[in-house]
Amino acid sequence: MDNKKLLSVKHLSRFYGSLTAVNNISFHLDKGEVLGFLGPNGAGKSSAMQVITGNLAPSTGQINICGYDLLDSAKQAKANIGYLPEQPPLYRELSVNEYLSFCAELNRIEKSKRQAAVERAKDRCGLSQVGKRLINNLSKGYQQRVGIAQAIIHNPAIVVLDEPTVGLDPIQIREIRTLIRELAEDHGVILSTHILPEVQMTCDRVQIINQGQLVYSDDINHLHQRMRSNNIILGLNQAPATSELESLTDIDEVEVLSGSRFRLTHSVETDPAADIALLAAEKNWGLYEIRPESKTLEQVFVELTSGDVIADEAELELDEPTIGASAL
Amino acid sequence: MMIFTLAKRELRSLFLSPLAWAILAIVQFILAYMFLSQLQEFLLVQPKLATLENAPGVTELVIVPLYGSAAFIMMLVSPLLTMRLISEERRNKSLALLLSAPVSMAEIIIGKYLGMLAFAAIMIFMMTLMPLSLYFAGTLDSGLLFTIVLGITLLLAAFLSLGLYMSSLTAQPTIAAMSTFGVLLILWIIDWAGSKTEAAASGLLQYLSMLRHFEAFTKGIFDSSDFIYYLLFISLFLILSIRRLDGDRLQR
Repeated sequence: MDNKKLLSVKHLSRFYGSLTAVNNISFHLDKGEVLGFLGPNGAGKSSAMQVITGNLAPSTGQINICGYDLLDSAKQAKANIGYLPEQPPLYRELSVNEYLSFCAELNRIEKSKRQAAVERAKDRCGLSQVGKRLINNLSKGYQQRVGIAQAIIHNPAIVVLDEPTVGLDPIQIREIRTLIRELAEDHGVILSTHILPEVQMTCDRVQIINQGQLVYSDDINHLHQRMRSNNIILGLNQAPATSELESLTDIDEVEVLSGSRFRLTHSVETDPAADIALLAAEKNWGLYEIRPESKTLEQVFVELTSGDVIADEAELELDEPTIGASAL
Repeated sequence: MMIFTLAKRELRSLFLSPLAWAILAIVQFILAYMFLSQLQEFLLVQPKLATLENAPGVTELVIVPLYGSAAFIMMLVSPLLTMRLISEERRNKSLALLLSAPVSMAEIIIGKYLGMLAFAAIMIFMMTLMPLSLYFAGTLDSGLLFTIVLGITLLLAAFLSLGLYMSSLTAQPTIAAMSTFGVLLILWIIDWAGSKTEAAASGLLQYLSMLRHFEAFTKGIFDSSDFIYYLLFISLFLILSIRRLDGDRLQR
């Protein structure tokens, strides 16, 4: 098997009774890559993460981690994976140092190297100042970082992070995203989230999962392209008549949003934003906002699931899922 | 190796909560009170005993009742010790840490159990200091003292294994504690039903009774069948716990 491939998942399914949480998904993860797992709540992201990390047994399918089958040689496979579940698995009565040292021991790091491993993990996650404090007394953001430190303490080949930025403030979110990018330098990272900007900022590749099925799997740049829409939001203080805007070249439709704001729909091939800005300055319309409108995750979802998508990976056998906007 | 790591963590967490200290202090206080009142009573009747032939000694009259009460107190206390073992980890979602680490289910369960056993050993050591202090004043029946300490250790170990299993069944520590206590009490008194009748079933009920097997030890008898009863009891609940934890992974 290819050495670069850290993780390969084949035809993985997971059922809870009659409920299908994960339905026949296949994917792989390479070294130095951040793979984003995107999906609405209840799409099966967390179940998929739990199966990959051995917390949940798969109903069918194969999971291979660094050459070890997760079911046949669970210990070796698990040694190569670090996992941060949705809720960080912390022992709140311990101090950060004690907890991380326990995690190091749990992951069979030799006694002589344990201290160094703890220090390195703390360093990477910005925990150096709080080593002696009880986890219980730390803020949510710091607890989350302890959770990440726990996942990387044994320097695993694969780091699986399940919604690592939930409940954090914007600064912490930014720090964690930076950390994820850093981790990707020498690990493979799987990031599960329902926040689109997070994927845009951190991931190299993105997979969209919905109702247990992979509905999209592609390079992040392709997703960006897909998300560009042919709408422009325009804000004008001294707006001309709507008909004047409609008569502009390349503009198909004008919708009044709120008094001075408009949504202009233009033909797909053109980008009339520069022309409009120029014209607005010329005619003194009082331009205060002009930006291309990008689609929201929901819109991308609806689009992706409306039937005109062909995933570019041939090995993915996708059924066309049927969802409505209400499912999002 | 990994088992000891887990056991150490369990014991440490136990001592970081006030519960362990409270249990140690209260158990010690109650037993000390009983010990002293028994001892006083013994000293009152000692002159009369001296005239008797084959009279029971201090070990029978002071130590045996002490450990009898201790056994009962342990039944009340051990559900509190074991209730959080797995249920709280399940509730806090910290089990994921153990499940995604390179350790087996058996290691997790046995590690946690050993942590509890270490606490039990501390508790038994503390209470045994009391009879040992009598060596300053005279001699004891050392053989009887030994079997009775062995007996209570096995009894407590059995309590803890049942508690561990009950804790693995639920995500609510209080429910684990209540059901452990319920089952222990039933197993404690199960021979009452059998004692009045001569039916064949009563033999089975008597065999199941935890108290019956403990009583032999308090008479200074080391019967291997009692020993095996406790070993079977402990292994059964450890294996059930391992299976239950594995069931979490398989889930329906």
